[in-house]
Amino acid sequence: MREFLIQGLLHQPLTEPAPSADDAAIAEVARALADASRRKLGRSLSIREVDAGSCNGCELEIHALNNAFYDLERFGLRVVASPRHADVLMVTGPVTKNMREALERTYAATPNPKWVVAIGDCAFDGGVFAGSYACLGAVSEAIPVDLHIRGCPPDPIALLKGFIALVDSRI
Amino acid sequence: MKSLRDAMSNGRHVEQSRPWPRCVVDHTSWLRAVREISKGHGDMLSLWSDGADVHMAILDHESLQIGIITIECPDGCYPSGAHMHPPALRFERAIRDIYGLEAEGSSDRRRWLDHGRWGVRRPGAGPRPCAAAGDPYDFLAAENAPLHQIPVGPVHAGVIEPGHFRFSANGEIVVRLEERLGYVHKGVERLMVAAPLERAARLAGRVSGDSTVAYALAFAHTVEAALAIDVPRRAILLRALMAELERIANHVGDIGAICNDASFSLMHTHCGILRERVLRTARTCFGHRLMMDRIVPGGVAADLTPEGERTLRALLSEAGKLIPLFMRLYGDTTSLQDRTVGAGFLRPELATQYGCGGFIGRASGRSFDARRAPGYAPYAEFSFPIGAGSEGDVDARVWVRFDEVRASLVLIEQMLERLPAGPLLTENAPASGETLEGAALVEGFRGDIFAWVRIGATGAVERCHLRDPSWLQWPLLEAAIEGNIVADFPLLNKSFNCSYSGHDL
Repeated sequence: MREFLIQGLLHQPLTEPAPSADDAAIAEVARALADASRRKLGRSLSIREVDAGSCNGCELEIHALNNAFYDLERFGLRVVASPRHADVLMVTGPVTKNMREALERTYAATPNPKWVVAIGDCAFDGGVFAGSYACLGAVSEAIPVDLHIRGCPPDPIALLKGFIALVDSRI
Repeated sequence: MKSLRDAMSNGRHVEQSRPWPRCVVDHTSWLRAVREISKGHGDMLSLWSDGADVHMAILDHESLQIGIITIECPDGCYPSGAHMHPPALRFERAIRDIYGLEAEGSSDRRRWLDHGRWGVRRPGAGPRPCAAAGDPYDFLAAENAPLHQIPVGPVHAGVIEPGHFRFSANGEIVVRLEERLGYVHKGVERLMVAAPLERAARLAGRVSGDSTVAYALAFAHTVEAALAIDVPRRAILLRALMAELERIANHVGDIGAICNDASFSLMHTHCGILRERVLRTARTCFGHRLMMDRIVPGGVAADLTPEGERTLRALLSEAGKLIPLFMRLYGDTTSLQDRTVGAGFLRPELATQYGCGGFIGRASGRSFDARRAPGYAPYAEFSFPIGAGSEGDVDARVWVRFDEVRASLVLIEQMLERLPAGPLLTENAPASGETLEGAALVEGFRGDIFAWVRIGATGAVERCHLRDPSWLQWPLLEAAIEGNIVADFPLLNKSFNCSYSGHDL
């Protein structure tokens, strides 16, 4: 373990630097999100994720937001364990009918003010699962949606950009 | 397996089934086959229906051959085998939910995938409208003081898929866990009906996002078997390369997540970094981080450029250095070992009985790996070790995953050495005007994925069945948790990492 800890002290952080010369996309995201969230939400946005029938692809990319490269929490965005603690519900999947009630109850359990971000092509219009007897076909069929982040699955940068759009447009 | 040999010699052969024979058998032969499987002479690879008949794919332990037997159900029923061979139970329940075919004599009449929310019953066989208010579900009883129940899910605390777990506990000790799954059922088998091959491949690639390469490969294999398509050699190697990259990404991510569930975040952080590098390499090489839709029937849809190859070699070299360090970090951290050693023991007999694939089976003494037997190109030409263990606990499952990551790194290296120039795709032949069937068994990171397709006269999919390895692993999690403390469940669950979406389909 010692090597890993020493390495952690001696090496530069892997996190893409906030205003980065070599990766304009991440720098732009970091700057915009930091300004907007500090001004409007006091640097805090708690996010609760609900899988409403995704294939798990979107979840993998949401997980990636927490790795050292994207480090979601430096932007004041935090994934929380309960809808009671959340400002934002992040919903994936074409909303299977078997998950509809659970999604609605999670939405009801989230205190106001709250926003819903539908993530991935399935959450937008059912994606490849549209038309199935087992799916509603879009998150907006079950609960009001404030923002769609498209992609199959959207990559972590697309997810971060989406959250800026939410903060900029709604508050 | 005598019954399988007899069935294949006496049963009615279905001519168009490739690469494995399919025979229609009678009631008696069906039950004889189940009995022999229950005695350990073979594995039940899958049990499924096309709406009219019920099929069972069997791996014969003696000959290591696969055969498919079929029972016709003109009266809407077939004999249940679950009382002899419990792994059949959930399959039989699912068949009843989708196609309305009854497994006669089954001891469990509860619905499995159908939660009473679809607004229809038996959607695969002349759907009958019904209310969508939801059915009550009778969890198995564990009664009397001091037992209490803990319901968990379907929405969980982490960023994970939905499912319900009902714990019956005596204080901290789990006495019984019962799973209720089906929350992410998307009706994939029905969406496959009449789907053109291109759409069907996209659907197959979205059955379980973490195994998108393995599913796309399994589906492509079935189509290529059915239509007798020869895949160009460069495509065969690129496919295998993608499959091994996917295996590495998932194992590394999961090893980190398992350690994180034991509150050892250092490993999680470092594994997260390596996983991200694998995904970025995948994007550089094939244009998509998870490599979705890159494998198509007939070949591949993305080529490896010289730049991609350089990035890939750099990744191999870095991962080759890091993995031994991770192994040391994992093995030398006693506080972590304290959580993983001895936790969630899966008895080898159960792994064998269920034909449990992947690292879960291999950590409990079952050496099966579909890349070796029945085997598929290009693996026969490479030498690679497969992970093995017999301790059957969380720790063993972690070590097997480490072994598999190392093996995959070596495999990719060998594949790059032998990668020839050449075409990437064999065009699918125009529709032949006859009905053709194909089947395949592909080793995903979780274990063997069984796939079966029937292609109609028009060239579109008529029926498709995709069996996730989790079907034969989920029931074992219920057994492995017994006697452990409730607080260890996330750790155990992560060490299995069964797919909800792949199972619920």
